[in-house]
This record gives sequence, C-alpha cells and structure tokens, in this order.
Amino acid sequence: MHQTFDQKTLTRQLAAAERRNKVKAFLLVLPLLLFVLASFIVPIASLVWQGGYSDTFANALPETSKLLGAWDSRSPVSEDLVKSFVTELKASKLKDPAIPTRVATVVNREQSGSVSKFKQVMSASDLASPYKEKLSALSSEWDKPDIWRAMKIVAPSFTPRFYLQAVDLRLTAEGDIKPESDENAIHLLLFGRTLMVAALVTLFCALLGFPIAYLLAHAETKTSNMLLIIVLLPFWTSLLVRTTAWIALLQQNGVVNDFLVAIGLIDNDHRLVMMYNMFATLVAMTHVLLPFMILPMFSVMKTIKANLVRAALSLGATPWTAFWRVYFPQTIPGLGAGCLLVFILAIGYYITPALVGGQSGQLISNIIAFHMQKTLNWSLASAIATLLLIGVLLLYWLYNRLVGIDKMKLA
Amino acid sequence: MKKWNGKLMLLGAVGTLAMSVAAAEAAQLTVISWGGAYTKSQTEAYQKPWMAKTGNTIVSADYNGGLAEVKAQVESKNVTWDVVDVETSEAISGCNDGLFEKIDASKLPKGDNGASPMDDFVPGAITDCAISTIAYANVFGYDSTKFAGDKPTKVADFFDLKKFPGKRGLKKEAKVNLEMALMADGVAAADVYKVLATKEGVDRAFKKLETIKGSIVWWEAGAQPPQLLASGEVTMTTAYNGRLFTPAVTENKPFVIVWDGQQQVFDTWAIPKGSKNKDLALDFIAFSTGTKPLADQARYIPYGPARKSSAPLVGKFQDDKTDMAPHMPTNPANMGNAIVQDVKFWADHYDELNERFVSWIGK
Repeated sequence: MHQTFDQKTLTRQLAAAERRNKVKAFLLVLPLLLFVLASFIVPIASLVWQGGYSDTFANALPETSKLLGAWDSRSPVSEDLVKSFVTELKASKLKDPAIPTRVATVVNREQSGSVSKFKQVMSASDLASPYKEKLSALSSEWDKPDIWRAMKIVAPSFTPRFYLQAVDLRLTAEGDIKPESDENAIHLLLFGRTLMVAALVTLFCALLGFPIAYLLAHAETKTSNMLLIIVLLPFWTSLLVRTTAWIALLQQNGVVNDFLVAIGLIDNDHRLVMMYNMFATLVAMTHVLLPFMILPMFSVMKTIKANLVRAALSLGATPWTAFWRVYFPQTIPGLGAGCLLVFILAIGYYITPALVGGQSGQLISNIIAFHMQKTLNWSLASAIATLLLIGVLLLYWLYNRLVGIDKMKLA
Repeated sequence: MKKWNGKLMLLGAVGTLAMSVAAAEAAQLTVISWGGAYTKSQTEAYQKPWMAKTGNTIVSADYNGGLAEVKAQVESKNVTWDVVDVETSEAISGCNDGLFEKIDASKLPKGDNGASPMDDFVPGAITDCAISTIAYANVFGYDSTKFAGDKPTKVADFFDLKKFPGKRGLKKEAKVNLEMALMADGVAAADVYKVLATKEGVDRAFKKLETIKGSIVWWEAGAQPPQLLASGEVTMTTAYNGRLFTPAVTENKPFVIVWDGQQQVFDTWAIPKGSKNKDLALDFIAFSTGTKPLADQARYIPYGPARKSSAPLVGKFQDDKTDMAPHMPTNPANMGNAIVQDVKFWADHYDELNERFVSWIGK
C-alpha cells in the first residue's frame, strides 16, 4: 500500500518534471516559432488569400454587388440597380473621400475609361429619380452594358479572376472563362521563359562549379582556404555592383570588346553585342549564383574518402571509370542541393535580368514587381506569385521523388 | 588600462546622449526625390536655405517613382517619408487613393510680385494633394559625333534607323512612348490624345514602336540615358531634358537635345498621409515653392518653374556663363511642337495601355 502510494507520487512528479522540461523547451523555440510564423507563414498565407479575395467593390457598394449578382448581364440594367449604385457610391464618399476612386480604379481594370465615368457621377449634384435617365444624360456610356458588365465581374469578393489572369485567361460577366486577347497574353510565355533561364543558369553553374568545388576540396589546406575566400568574395559586394560590373565589361565600348579590338580579333565596326540580350542575362546570373552551387558541393566532396578512388584504381579501373562510378555518385547529394538552391533562387531573380537582359530580360518576377509598384494591382501580383510558389513546390516534390531530400547536404 | 577603457566608454555614452538631445530639439524631415542632378538642384535651392532659416535638418533619399512605397507605408500606418517628389499623374491617383494629405494651396505664400498663389502658379500646377515645383520635358537627345552628315531634328528621325543608325534608349513604360510614336507617325500634337483614345490609334502607336523594337535599349532610372549615350551603347535616347543638359554643359559631352515633340510633365511635392511631421512638411513645401527658391533651382537644372513670378528671375547656370532661358522646356522656341502630358487620359487608360505595353515588350 505504502509502496503504491509512493509510486503514484513518483509518477506524478516525473510527469510534472517532464512537463516542465517540455515547457522550457517550448519556450526556448518559441521566439523562432513566432519569427517563422510572422515572417514566413503569415505573409505567404496572406499572399495566397489576396490572390483570390478583393473586397474593394463589395465593401463600398454592398447592395449594388447583390443586385449585380442577380443581373443576367445582358438585359438592360434595372432602375433599382442604378439607384443603389449612385446612392451607395455617393454615400461611400462620406466614409472616406478616397473610396469612390478606389472603386473606379478596380472597375477600370476591366473596362478602360471607367475612372472618368465614375468622376462624372461623383461631381454631378442633381442625381435623383429617375436615375437611369439622369445617368444616360451624363454620358451615353452608362446606357451601354459594358461598364455594368465590368462591375459585375469585380463585384464578388471571392473571385478566381486574378488567378485566371495569371495564366492568361479572363473571366466574363456571364462567369465564363475566355482566353486573354493575343496582344495582352504574356504570363504563360514568361513563366516558360523564367523556367528556361533558371534551368540554363543551373546547368552552367553545375558545369562551372563542379571542377572548382573539386579543386577546393582536394587542394592543400592553405591553397583551398585562399580559393574559398575568392569564391566567397562576391558575397561581400552588393548584387547591384556585381550586375553593373557586367554592364561595364560586356557593353559595346566595354572592357571585353575593347580588348578584342585591341588584339585584332574583331574590327572596330563589328563589336560583339553581348549586352541587353539573353547572353548577358545568363552570364550575369551564373556569376551571381555560382557560390550557391560551389559551397554545398565543396562540403560534400570534402567528406569523400580518397581511399575509395585509390581502391578502384588499384582494382584496375581506368581513371574515368573510377571517377564516374565511384567518386561522382558520392557527390550527388551536394550537386543536388546546389542545383535546387540555384534553381529556386534563379526563378525569383529580376533585378539582374532587368538591368542586363533588355527585351529578353523580362521574366515573370518583373511582372510581379510591375503590378506591385506601378499598377498597384496587388491581387494580381499575389496570384502570379502564388502560382510561382506552387511551381517551385512541385519541382521540389519532383526532386524529392528523383533524388530524395534526405540525401541533400547543404553544408 | 581597463579603467581607462571604462571612462572612455562613459564619455562616449554621454556624448551620444548629448547629441540625441540636440537632435530632438531641431526636428528632422525626410524628403524623397529622384536622385542625381535633380536632387542636387533641390538641395541647393530648397533644402539648404530652408535648413538655414529654420534650423531643422533634412534627410534626403532617392527613389524611382511609383506609389508602391507610399501605399505600403500608409497601409501599414508606419509612415517614414514626410515629403515626396511625384509626377502630377501619380499625385492625382495617389490623392484619389487617399495616400496623400490634402494641401490648401490658398495658404501658400504670395508671389514676390504680389500675385495670389492661385494666379501665380501656371495652370495645372496645383492639385488637391500636391504643389508643383517645376515642369520638365521628356525629350530625346543624340550623340552628335555619331552622325557625320544630317543631324536629327524631328521626332520622326528617332524612328528612322536607316538615316540615323544605332540603338535607341526608351523608358520602359507606356507613357511618353506611345505619344511619341504617334507624333513621329504624323499625328499633330493637338490630336495625340484623341487618337490614342481609340483602338486604331493604340494599334498605330504600337506599330510605329514595332519598327524599332529590335534596336531598343530600355531604361528605368533617369540617370541611365546620359550613361547609355556616353558609353556609346545607344546613339539616341529619350530622357528628361535636365539629365542631358547637365553633362553637355558641365562635362562638354556631345549631347544635343531635340525639342520637337517634347512632352511636358509637372513634378510636385506631396505629403504621405499620416506623416509624423505634417506641419513641418507643409512649411517646407510652402518655402520651397516660393518665387525665389523656384527661380534659384533653375541655376542648377533647366526645368521650368511652376510660378509665373519666378520666370523673370531665371538667370544663368551655376557656371555663370550659360544662359538658362534657351534650355527651358517652356522657352517659346522649344514649344513649336509640344504637348503637355494629359493626366486625365492616363488615369483612364494607364492599366489598359500598360498591360498591353508590358506584354508587347515581353514578346
């Protein structure tokens, strides 16, 4: 009896101690958890959310949104709809004077010219029943269904239109999906170009990085330390400086062309065009991203035992066979990690290609930046960014299936 | 030694404390502008005299235009910019979006000739949220050493790759380029926006741009065009007129400006909504848009003052040799074939035209 009592307290004490330890451990990781939540999970979640949700219109004109939802988008608009539109738009100005134009901007993305049409309504003082006639007296545009159809498209808060637009499709007022007009369709092309550039840069980084990493891993410590510093040196200069350095090197009157002319390889009138094209993009991006390939490979190669290659050689393998069958397979984890790192970084690059790539330097990230900074259409920017994120995750999944993520070694 | 170190640290701490107390007394204003020769002209004509007069300090920073930063600051309620230099079109759209404070222009000081501010500023210079300082022009310029015979004189010459070979620099934006293409295609200055409002007009502009697409080098920051010209990367480029003037006069670069088809735009001061130094910012704006500071700015950069009363005061460039008047966008001789950017048109068509422009560039 006495013993069981003891055991009970002991178990309880043990459990309490364990709980305390767990709390302590949790408190220790709590700052990191909060940081990851605040800086990673929440922004990404809000990104995905904003790509499919935009309530500017429905918030300002709730009743009109409902009526637009019920309208069949073909028959003439009802007096009720026009009345609620005018009164709600006028009322929204009292809440915040910026609201009507903000709504107009949203409608303007579907129907150009809406901003000035909305302004007419806002500045007209004598709008009363019958609203429909008063509006059509302002401008015949209000008689046409186009502007109302545009409003019907933007009225719902939950909308697939941004995601559709991100893949060159447009939502119509009837709720159908039609392809974007030829002159405006660009996103799919740029997604493709971005993937291609990223793949090429990864390939070049792997080809250039492998021998360097090998040299680093197998040279004497003194030399390899020196080389390692040289590899790391670019990290200490700003990205912009490294990019503009390539402009100075590659432009028509740049260092490379001057040198080639000086040694007589090309004549002065036929200087090579190496700037503002795909070539410049690939060169500059490969240079900027190379360290991300070299470092993981180096750390993996460092751990490969030299005996294995020696054993293979002594067993009669040719040097090539010993390298390809014994050495190379052991470098795969580092090579894989480097490729994944470089590829993912390359997919999001836009400053370097925008500066040196000219026409071809237009990648999908430039479009995201364009909608963030110029058109202020953050929902569309979010939708494109989300698709890019999904693409990267898919590639990551594919990589995991082919190589295995647990085999990856970053350092 | 250790003790000595401690004393030194204490001394340092007291020093820092004293400095921060001093800084708290004189307020600090953050002013954002476009950088380069332009910011320098503002610093000399506005910032330095204002700091000398009020004892406050100004922190200057550069940006590349656009409203994204202002929007992010206002929406996160963490406004660190006090005064921003924006183009009129952006000042208006930012004002509409509630990103800028309203400014009562009637409270601005009178002109030095006694004219009320509403009469003194040129038409279009005052908007609800922003006060213009200068009008600049989008022009194109060329490197005169590149063309032995005839020199470009008309906007159509920019698109003539046969007569004037070489690459062309253009700003990566629909604005300015579409108007320029239409004027080069023979549309009269007065009709440009009428034509551009139609589908056929837009097609026509893009068709004209298409003729030189393979030879275009795109620029984004105002400092790039003179660099592109100087390095020989392009033989002709569009630019803000002041950016070509300065290297031509101060560094004797062979840059020549063609005024035919110039497009004038106002640059304005605006205050992001929720600025912590709103009153100070207003004081700075009122000071810097006065008759004398506006005229003084023309000493450093050839942009036309937004006040009529400043025009007669415009004198020589800072080298005290070059007369500024012939280099001003507003000079009658330069106004032969000129347009003023239509802010209303761009508010309606910005999204549509830029969408098409961006996809046109990408292909």
